[in-house]
Amino acid sequence: MELKKLIAEGEYEWVIPRQGEMKVPGKIYAHRKLIEEMDEKVYEQVTNVACLPGIQKFSLAMPDAHWGYGFPIGGVAAFDPDQGGIISVGGVGFDVNCGVRTLCTGLDLEEVRPKLKDIVDTLFGIVPAGVGSRGKISLSSSQVEGVLTKGAQWVVGLGYGEKEDLEFTEERGMVPGGDPGAVSQKALQREKRQVGTLGSGNHYLEVQWVEEVYDPSTASKFGLEKNKVTITIHCGSRALGHQVGTDYLRILAEASRKYGIPIKERELVCAPIDSPEGKRYFSAVNCAINYAFANRQVITHLVREGLNRVFPRAEAKLLYDVGHNTCKLENHRIDGQERRVLVHRKGATRAFGPQRGELPQPYQGIGQPVIIGGTMGTSSYILVGTETGEEKAFASVCHGAGRRMSRKRAMKTWRGERLLDELKSKGIYIRGHSMSGLAEEAPMAYKDVTEVVEAIHNAGLARKVVRLKPMGCIKG
Amino acid sequence: MGRFEYFEHLADMGIVGWGASLAEAFEEAAKAMFNLIIDIDQVKPSQRLPIHCRAEDTEELFVEWLNQLLTEADINGLVLSRFRIDRITEKELHGWVEGERFDPQRHNPKVEVKAATYSGLAIGERDGEFFARCVVDI
Repeated sequence: MELKKLIAEGEYEWVIPRQGEMKVPGKIYAHRKLIEEMDEKVYEQVTNVACLPGIQKFSLAMPDAHWGYGFPIGGVAAFDPDQGGIISVGGVGFDVNCGVRTLCTGLDLEEVRPKLKDIVDTLFGIVPAGVGSRGKISLSSSQVEGVLTKGAQWVVGLGYGEKEDLEFTEERGMVPGGDPGAVSQKALQREKRQVGTLGSGNHYLEVQWVEEVYDPSTASKFGLEKNKVTITIHCGSRALGHQVGTDYLRILAEASRKYGIPIKERELVCAPIDSPEGKRYFSAVNCAINYAFANRQVITHLVREGLNRVFPRAEAKLLYDVGHNTCKLENHRIDGQERRVLVHRKGATRAFGPQRGELPQPYQGIGQPVIIGGTMGTSSYILVGTETGEEKAFASVCHGAGRRMSRKRAMKTWRGERLLDELKSKGIYIRGHSMSGLAEEAPMAYKDVTEVVEAIHNAGLARKVVRLKPMGCIKG
Repeated sequence: MGRFEYFEHLADMGIVGWGASLAEAFEEAAKAMFNLIIDIDQVKPSQRLPIHCRAEDTEELFVEWLNQLLTEADINGLVLSRFRIDRITEKELHGWVEGERFDPQRHNPKVEVKAATYSGLAIGERDGEFFARCVVDI
């Protein structure tokens, strides 16, 4: 991206001045190098989003931002229903509530290392992953309805995991307002045996260890200690969520015409939040959000089962679960007033500061744990939300490293088998369901996650707590 | 003779179908999409599904066609390799597709396609050939 089109506000904030039909300015959080590497499409998409009705304060892009559909991936925008604000498929994506959760095993790196292959192979056998992955859990239609309305709470009731897990899941594992009637029959048909499955693409299940602690006091409150082993799950709402996206892409395309909403890119199709179409889409999104929470909850149960086969006494306590493809009604201070706005986070993570009432009791006064997934060959990070982040970015940060190379080019550049050997020589044991899928996910196809996290930390959007190093990874 | 190819998109993948007619361009794009999921050469066309799509314009019809194929394949537990459009107008198409039950051992599963999107969407004619393209979410 050309720097000259932006106005620097300090080292880590770049403004796209309001012009033309933009209702608010654009803002990109990143340092110079990341901006220079960012594709021009991010500029275009941040600008397009800034033109949407009812947008508040600014149209944002995070340091991992890249070309998305309508919104950039790494895009954040808040809309006020009282000012004609809209809800858009482009701001949520097709994998609704795709997200991450991290479990603390309490095990030491040195006791896990000799049994790493055992653990990864066991988890590979237990957690269904890959193209069209389906598990053993078949839900009756009333159970599906339970999942869509009650999310992780419902599956905990069925015996998948502990009640305590819910406290450490965003929204306590369930958003209200999910009406299964807003979800199509096709979406329900596609659900079949998919709860508790990982999927493919960039989804993963990773065994990691705490390599570095930046903030010992927060780390200890999160239950994180140097050289302790964690397990992170990255996945979303599977075919049901994809179908919700697909169904409403068409419905909102019609709604955009009906309400005469000027959109700059077709993928930004949207409807006023308070319109019948907007309400129905939001309701379907809430169902898919709940499905994703339930999915990660069931996988958690499977992971514990696998872990206990190798380490019978190990516990896997949930640190936190957070989505990064969502839209949520939240209170934020805008122009000195507390307002309820619909925050779209497309490839961006919520990061509430220490004073937010939504936080689980043990994290009150500390801040929300923020999980930033890196790549299978580099690192991931745990951060903590700040008050500054609420002011500067509707309490949002990046979601990962962000791609810098297309899948097509990555596949031409690397071979899955060779990548496995290379990572093995670094002590990272990988199991994948597809060799070409692995090549597409090569660590070098991503931006440097450390640079991305530094930008978030230095911009004050969240603070670094620990760095996690991968030692084993399962890719779908 | 139709053909398909891919174009680069940072997060996902762009697909393009080329053909002597718009119908053929749509069919080729469907091959491009399913070849991302599995090796279409390994899929025997042993089961047939009828397809009927409607949309507000031809661009949306193209995305609707691709998304309906993903949905029908998934619901029926199939992977698809043959695509035929018998009739197509600006807003509607009729056709059928063929494939077989998904077999991870034989079909070389690669990656799931979540949806066809309106991103990078274009339909047109160049040097006497029709093309249809869009980005698919992976």
